Amino acid sequence: MTHALHPRALAKANPMPDPLLTVRDFSVEYDVTPPVKAVKNVSLELQRGEILGLAGESGCGKTTLAYGVQRLLRAPAVITGGDVVFHDAKGADIDVNTLDADEMQRFRWDKISMVFQGAMNALNPVATIGAQLDDVFLVHRPDMGRAERRRECEELLEIVKVGRDRYRSYPHELSGGMRQRVMIAMALALRPQLMVMDEPTTALDVLVQRDILQQISELRHEFGFSVIFITHDLPLLLEISDRIAIMREGEIVELGTSRDIWERPRHDYTKKLLSSFPRLTGAKGVLAR
Amino acid sequence: MTALEFRNVTKRYRVRGAQPILALDDVSFTLRERQTIALVGQSGSGKSTIAKILTQLETPTSGQVLLDGKPIPTRGRGLRAYRQQLRMVFQDPFASLNPYHSIRYHLERPLRLDDVVPAAETDAEVRRLLERVRLDADAVIDRRPHELSGGQRQRVAIARALASRPKLLVADEPVSMLDVSIRVGVLNLLAELQRDEGLGVLYITHDLATARHFSDEIMVLHHGRVVEQGAADDVILTPQHEYTRALRAASPDPEKHFASAPGIPDVRTANGGAA
Repeated sequence: MTHALHPRALAKANPMPDPLLTVRDFSVEYDVTPPVKAVKNVSLELQRGEILGLAGESGCGKTTLAYGVQRLLRAPAVITGGDVVFHDAKGADIDVNTLDADEMQRFRWDKISMVFQGAMNALNPVATIGAQLDDVFLVHRPDMGRAERRRECEELLEIVKVGRDRYRSYPHELSGGMRQRVMIAMALALRPQLMVMDEPTTALDVLVQRDILQQISELRHEFGFSVIFITHDLPLLLEISDRIAIMREGEIVELGTSRDIWERPRHDYTKKLLSSFPRLTGAKGVLAR
Repeated sequence: MTALEFRNVTKRYRVRGAQPILALDDVSFTLRERQTIALVGQSGSGKSTIAKILTQLETPTSGQVLLDGKPIPTRGRGLRAYRQQLRMVFQDPFASLNPYHSIRYHLERPLRLDDVVPAAETDAEVRRLLERVRLDADAVIDRRPHELSGGQRQRVAIARALASRPKLLVADEPVSMLDVSIRVGVLNLLAELQRDEGLGVLYITHDLATARHFSDEIMVLHHGRVVEQGAADDVILTPQHEYTRALRAASPDPEKHFASAPGIPDVRTANGGAA
């Protein structure tokens, strides 16, 4: 382990604000004709150890926002304004917008990592998962020796319960759930302080999904990282998130604890979203049959 | 009254150099007109094998599939006539429509192949189908799939399935690729069409919440066996089989989640833990 659990890691243990990421007036535009304002003056503060859910329908800007704070967007997307400040556990505040290419390369994955949507497509089909994990250390920890890298990779596969004996497996030899765990192992490799998860369980069936969510929650408690969790599955988000930001047309229309969003939604759009999914055990409601 | 019966259907897939896989193990059920049955179970439980056998893309290893008491034809004209009675809506509206062809083409094909209406009325029928699935015919008829949203595409796929005026519809995860905010609209449309046209619908899904609200009956499949079957509300609200209970416990259920003592949400304690 590169560093132990941060003492202030658990939002639960400490209600005092201890921000990890401060986003102020952040705006992103897609420079097409006519220009599309995908994210409009978004401000939010992510706490250390917190799981923040980003919800909203397709095209609301949730993915653009989450990618934008890591400057992972490419043209025609342009960040048109705002600051993103990362409050490093080691004390220094990092203004993400001012990092040059080399600094950015060191910052990404080391401080913020990602679990991408669709593990099927995110892993290289012609490389073993061991080699792909190894790459992370090869690039970011050039001082590590081969044996040490191997040990770390195997340990990661154990942590996410894929098992070290899968080190030489190719992605197609693993089930969808296992592939998604490999993605999580990869994101966890450098013990980042923030993981951005973009629809990490959408393609999985409910039993596997529940397993993976449970694992994310356990790892979060163990390693103390924060999570930005993007999905349009609001029922799932309500269960896993500490707080939820509801986005619509590039703006956060409501931000509150999951319980408040569920019990006391204030914005009409939040109410509409909440009513748009059928309840498992509740009254019939929206599905007219 | 059209009724499709699965009688003791078993399907084994041979695997080179390994034990055969028992995909379906003695499955029996009947799907009738005007009835919706949801088929639930996790990946690999055999749901799609049932759909493939229904559409005769696969043949059972043993057992029978009967349409109104008669074995379904497995080839030739008879098979085509059977398939005209039973149509499918696939999961992925991005993959199930041909990107080279216009929406008009997608709907004309089944009309012509099955001689549903005289050639002179084809255009009017295409428009009627589009209106039927609540699409603006003028706006979409000459477009190609990539110009439409996921929800619009799935409506086109539904219109195509309805073109040959089937009695039965197999919908394999028809909304799982769609945005949550659109899902309800598409399911409500399917429910309305089911009512108006008197269709029998087999709704294949792993989403228990929609299965409960959208269907009359639910059939739970586990390792190729039907482990539980009954009225939708009974199966979800008072599940009898252990596997059904596990599925239910794993499904997100904010109602239950927030009914517990206040505190920070935590999936480890939600719903009594994972199955």
